[in-house]
Amino acid sequence: MCGIWNEEKRNLNLGGHVGFDSLPDQLVSKSVTQGFCFNILCVGETGIGKSTLMNTLFNTMFENEEASHYQNSVYLRPRTYDLQESNVHLKLTIVDTVGFGDQINKEDSYKPIVDYIDTQFESYLQEELKIKRSLFNYHDTRIHICLYFIAPTGHSLKSLDLVTMKKLDSKVNIIPIIAKADTISKSELHKFKIKIMSELVSNGVQIYQFPTDDEAVTEINASMNAHLPFAVVGSVDEVKVGNKTVRARQYPWGVVQVENESHCDFVKLREMLIRVNMEDLREQTHARHYELYRRCKLEEMGFKDTDPDCQPFSLQETYEAKRKEFLGDLQHKEEGMRQMFVSKVKETEAELKEKERELHDKFEQLKRLHQEEKRKVEEKRRDLEEEMNAHNRKKVAAETLALAQPLKKDKDRRN
Amino acid sequence: MSHAEGLEGSSEADRNSSMMANSLTVTLLNIQVICDSSLVFNTGSGGEMQQKNLEGYVGFANLPNQVYRKSVKRGFEFTLMVVGESGLGKSTLINSLFLTDLYSPEYPGPSHRIKKTVKVEQSKVLVKEGGVQLLLTIVDTPGFGDAVDNSDCWQPVIDHIDNKFEDYLNSESRVNRRLMPDNRVHCCLYFIAPSGHGLKPLDIEFMKRLHEKVNIIPLIAKADTMTPEEGQQFKKQIMREIQEHKIRIYEFPETDDEEEIKLVKKIKERLPLAVVGSNTIIEVNGKRVRGREYPWGVAEVENGEHCDFTILRNMLIRTHMQDLKDVTNNVHYENYRSRKLAAVTYNGADNNRNKGQLTKSPLAQMEEERREHVSKMKKMEMEMEQVFEMKVKEKIQKLKDSEAELQRRHEQMKRNLEAQHRELEEKKRQHEDEKAQWETQQRQLEQQKLEASRTLEKNKKKKIF
Repeated sequence: MCGIWNEEKRNLNLGGHVGFDSLPDQLVSKSVTQGFCFNILCVGETGIGKSTLMNTLFNTMFENEEASHYQNSVYLRPRTYDLQESNVHLKLTIVDTVGFGDQINKEDSYKPIVDYIDTQFESYLQEELKIKRSLFNYHDTRIHICLYFIAPTGHSLKSLDLVTMKKLDSKVNIIPIIAKADTISKSELHKFKIKIMSELVSNGVQIYQFPTDDEAVTEINASMNAHLPFAVVGSVDEVKVGNKTVRARQYPWGVVQVENESHCDFVKLREMLIRVNMEDLREQTHARHYELYRRCKLEEMGFKDTDPDCQPFSLQETYEAKRKEFLGDLQHKEEGMRQMFVSKVKETEAELKEKERELHDKFEQLKRLHQEEKRKVEEKRRDLEEEMNAHNRKKVAAETLALAQPLKKDKDRRN
Repeated sequence: MSHAEGLEGSSEADRNSSMMANSLTVTLLNIQVICDSSLVFNTGSGGEMQQKNLEGYVGFANLPNQVYRKSVKRGFEFTLMVVGESGLGKSTLINSLFLTDLYSPEYPGPSHRIKKTVKVEQSKVLVKEGGVQLLLTIVDTPGFGDAVDNSDCWQPVIDHIDNKFEDYLNSESRVNRRLMPDNRVHCCLYFIAPSGHGLKPLDIEFMKRLHEKVNIIPLIAKADTMTPEEGQQFKKQIMREIQEHKIRIYEFPETDDEEEIKLVKKIKERLPLAVVGSNTIIEVNGKRVRGREYPWGVAEVENGEHCDFTILRNMLIRTHMQDLKDVTNNVHYENYRSRKLAAVTYNGADNNRNKGQLTKSPLAQMEEERREHVSKMKKMEMEMEQVFEMKVKEKIQKLKDSEAELQRRHEQMKRNLEAQHRELEEKKRQHEDEKAQWETQQRQLEQQKLEASRTLEKNKKKKIF
């Protein structure tokens, strides 16, 4: 009901018509004024009939160029349309997977799809987390339903189908449908459906179950759940059958009428998808798939609901704690950088000092050598001087002697 | 019954008539809303938007019914606050509004529970009507305005409203969100004493402080003490004073529906609504009505000529209850939330600088701060690198210069030394030469001398003989 209360609630009887039974009408009229939006994702191989089915389902010619088979990878193409039926405005977005199943290596085919879904969740989450936000006029692009087109082989699911659906089942509501069902006979179809459902169950793929908790729709939803996957035929061509003109596919052997329930499950799909459960699909997307995404994202970012003592955090505490952690982290980084720098400087300084010292040593040595050389030269010089002096003395002595000799000679002669 | 049954049977036979039935549903709604086909849609997400026409039945016109169904299943909740001095008839009015004994001898109204200080208390009741379940919470404030000194008697009220916002904010921000009970105060009925003159200072103070936190609907209590003319005057005076003090009471939403515009205009002319409440049923002209019996007549609660009770009830419950909740959620709560988160994000930072950045979430803000910090650090790192490189280059250059200088000096000294060496050698060589020459000379002289002396000797010897 409205929530878990631990306060005493009294049940009171009204003494007359108060008038709050108009509350649902007030709510409805507000929703109608706001307009509704619905986003469908079609996953299936090229040429399996996705665009035709959309045209048939919504009774409109949506523009679609035929896709080529030569895409390098899968990409998603969203298109938004504004539809109106009676007084209800619907903003419909159809997202097509172009190139799905065409590549030789299909290992990564599911990735663009998962990324697209996550991106839409992310935008919503970002808007929700903003300080100044406007959720009530936010254009919701989250995918509400994924129609998975199964090729009508009649045997079983392809491994690409299983892999893709397994990757998508926790992110989006999946309704598997058998495309081009006019190529399968009734008995083959019955076996095919059973095979597909059992394969899905044994692989743990969670497909969307039509809700059975609201008495107004329990019966019809429960019976439809048993007809999954829906075998559909799409056509926008009109054929005259009897005195009516219906949408159908004309073959030489007969006419397959789209809206004939004994020919295919198209009507069932339309009932379930649009007329009965559209709102539930939107609700499930918001309350289950989006919440799961949000929870994972927040946990990834380190948010917790309770502190180590199991006391619940208030939002303020959470943000403050985050912020403190964040600032501490920044400071730490800054410190680290500074430290690294300081040590680098020290290192280089030491290196340069070393070089300087070596240089000095070298020159000291050279100086000493030089001094040595100088000394030697001085010594030599002194020796030379001494010798020269000695020689000079000898010279002087000899000259003095020579001067004295001639006198003696003369003396001798006289004698 | 306002809701057409049978639509939800959804058997195939309904298909052709359901479109008709859909229009039927629409006309039976209490509020006529004609959807304006020129509604502007926000096409943020990438595809261009195209208007398309349906060529046949699709079925999403049933969406409103799906919404209806789900909302009934979920049930509704509403919190109404009543504020006013004791004895103004608040409990009686609530009982009259909801046609039930919300306040009774077992659960007395605020005037019977006056405490020493103003308290804020709430009681929850579950009521059902036409398959629709409503959890109604009535918040009252016994003791409000009854003391001699009433300064700050509004504070407990403000605290209560903020607490409820805080609770909602916390539960909305949890990682694991389950059901989020909405206990926020959706509407505050403020009772003005029928003095006939104007608003009291307390009234003005209260409304000024609370008009940005909650939808305020001012009411003139015990309106049966005024004649219609007195009532008119009083109302005009009050509205004048409200405008003068720039108090924003609850405003009706804009609408394009002609009928609704007329309705709203009528209500606006009669603001503030003058109400009378009663717990007793009296017989008047064969009809059983709620009213107050006087010797001179019966003041009927639900008679539009006697008081504005019906207008209040219709507006509060039958037509604008959802809008009151929406305004609380989209305006008052969002104001609280953005103020709260801005305070948390820009803890201590200069608020003026950040006013324009409120479009981010606190996390996005931290991300941005982180990026800024990273680029700041990069810049710092680059600068430090530059300075470092420059200094190193300088030092190396100096070393080179010093080395070159020393080398030069060394070279010079070497050259000097070599010059000296050469000089010395030269001198030595000269000296040697000279010495050799002299010695040769000497030897010659010696030789000559020797020969001369020998000759002399010979001659001497000859002479003797």
